Amino acid sequence: MITVLFKALGRTIIGDVRYYTWLAFLLVVIGLGANTYMQQLDKGLIITAMRDQVSWGFYISNFTFLVGVAAAAVLLVIPAYLYHFKPIKEIVLFGEMLAVTAIIMCILFIMVDMGQPMRVWHLLPLVGSMNFPSSLLAWDVIALNGYLVINFVLVMYALCRSVQGKEYRLSLVLPLILLSIPWAVSIHTVTAFLYNGFPSRPFWNASILAPRFLASAFCSGPAIMIILLQVIRKVSKVEIDNKAIAKIAELIAYTMGINLFLLGAEIFKEFYSGSIHKAPLEYLYFGLHGKTMLVPWMRTALVLNLVAFIIFLIPKARENFFALNLGAVLIIIGVYIEKGMGLIIPGFIPDSLGEIYEYWPTAQEGIITAAIWATGALIYTLMVKFSVPIYTRELLSEDK
Amino acid sequence: MSKKIRKNPLEASLHRRTFIKGIAAGLAGAVFAGGTADAFNWDAFLQKHFREMNEEEIKRVIERLEKEASLELKKEIHIAATKAMPNVKFGYGLDLSRCVGCRKCVYACVQENNQSRTPQVQWITVLRFKKGEKWIDLENSEKYYNPKEVPEKDFFYMPIQCQQCENPPCVRACPTKATWKEPDGIVVVDYNWCIGCRYCMAACPYGARRFNWAKPNIPEKELNPDTHYLGNRPRYKGVVEKCTFCIQRTRAGKYPACVEVCPVGARKFGNLLDPKSEIRYLIENKRVFRLKEDINTEPKFYYFFAT
Repeated sequence: MITVLFKALGRTIIGDVRYYTWLAFLLVVIGLGANTYMQQLDKGLIITAMRDQVSWGFYISNFTFLVGVAAAAVLLVIPAYLYHFKPIKEIVLFGEMLAVTAIIMCILFIMVDMGQPMRVWHLLPLVGSMNFPSSLLAWDVIALNGYLVINFVLVMYALCRSVQGKEYRLSLVLPLILLSIPWAVSIHTVTAFLYNGFPSRPFWNASILAPRFLASAFCSGPAIMIILLQVIRKVSKVEIDNKAIAKIAELIAYTMGINLFLLGAEIFKEFYSGSIHKAPLEYLYFGLHGKTMLVPWMRTALVLNLVAFIIFLIPKARENFFALNLGAVLIIIGVYIEKGMGLIIPGFIPDSLGEIYEYWPTAQEGIITAAIWATGALIYTLMVKFSVPIYTRELLSEDK
Repeated sequence: MSKKIRKNPLEASLHRRTFIKGIAAGLAGAVFAGGTADAFNWDAFLQKHFREMNEEEIKRVIERLEKEASLELKKEIHIAATKAMPNVKFGYGLDLSRCVGCRKCVYACVQENNQSRTPQVQWITVLRFKKGEKWIDLENSEKYYNPKEVPEKDFFYMPIQCQQCENPPCVRACPTKATWKEPDGIVVVDYNWCIGCRYCMAACPYGARRFNWAKPNIPEKELNPDTHYLGNRPRYKGVVEKCTFCIQRTRAGKYPACVEVCPVGARKFGNLLDPKSEIRYLIENKRVFRLKEDINTEPKFYYFFAT
């Protein structure tokens, strides 16, 4: 068993020219980002565009989006294990690996946002002084790390069984799988509550925030899955049934419908009641006091989500792979804007003393962000590369 | 070719070789970060939470911090750790009918509390409102007003600083308990425990918290050497700071700097638990209000109209 694992590990550095080019590209981006991060460590967060008025920016926006992506796994876990839907059961591993990757990226985005990253141990229970249960950030530390561990264990278990040439023994991991479902919901809920809990930020202080979080997360995560599965199918010997992809597409149709409905509910409430708390939403879609930086982005996101919804709603359209992929890409971009900058920035605009400071990330923030995405891509690539020969029993047959 | 200069995404011109070296250094740095043990300050890294240290530990930490600060700033400083006095809860009063918007308080505060001069950090914000306009949403206020003379005819002013809430959302938010409310009601920050996540800044409804986006910088001769651990001692890059009612002064029986400097006597300060204090008198006899009462933060900062 150990030799097979080592062999698989060895396989990760063997590939064709395309593979090496891809890895080299990722390493260059990571290197640039690491270099820029050194600069940030040296000079401080002043190299970002964040200031006291808008004290969270692009890093936290990406963090928020990625918490949503980590959901992909659970949308696959439910049909796979609870309804024994075979086509999805075969690909659930790739969803769980995406969850692991997304959570690692989330942690990296939090780390680069911290003013004193060396003091991160202050957050931990026992050695530090975790402010639990009072601080929602403490809850989030538990929720995210717990989700990381659960998915990591599930992935490792599946791989170890494959190495031994055996099927999943569901009885053994079923409690963990059952736990992973509410836990996936909880990482979104807790992250939403993190923003939700303070009346200082009326835009976040709306009860619709957590449901909207879940709805949009269950759009973007599966949309990424749809793209990734097709790539994996193309570059490896893994067989992925079209039925699995069709099922995921069907799920997206529902969740995007709910997402758009919730957005509509929020827009109605704010604009019809017309209290002063509508200012952030006004800033997003119409601009405030002549400041309109995010308006084109938010309107684009709205159009993208609407178009994607129509594509996924019509069965004929979503069965066509070109339309399906187009829809998936539109959703990824749309939700990235809406759940990223579109959620974090208006929490601070206008700020709590009424000032409007228009935030747009600096080049340095962009590079560090790109490097974390490249790190995620690298981790996922290596994980897939490592697990595919085990999963397809390729190595096992070689051994015998 | 090797001498060719190209533009990199950092918008600085670099030689190609330097550029590649940079990538390599970045990767190596990421791998070996923290590996340079000789420069690493283990005592600072392992320093405990202020409230978990005993007297002896606090004394030793303060000795070390004083030494570090004097080496860095080339000036001897003293760091006190004076405790809260019993039966004291500080409260503040601000007379809006008197304030002329001169911002003397802002600069006296910067001077007293060792805020960074570059980049500028200020704990007090003075907002200017046009008379006759609605001012509840604060959006119509002006923070960067800059007239030749104050007061201006058509405007009134409203200084805002930490409201020292009895029910402070920032304290609830902090994931590491690095900020808390002292027995005399002052909300303080342990600058050696703050991880710089800025969640407290998102939670504060009064825009009272400031972050050190860069290394704070104070000219040597402007540095105030009389400091308090929980107040105006020198801060670090990447931590949050805020008004402490001049804890180093008020716990020694003095008025905060902003109260003392105000040329029109708009600022009042005292012990809320003492029925004969000035602050109690004005709360009981003037028309007072507190900012954003609707969110139940229970500020100990009272605005009032004396005339």
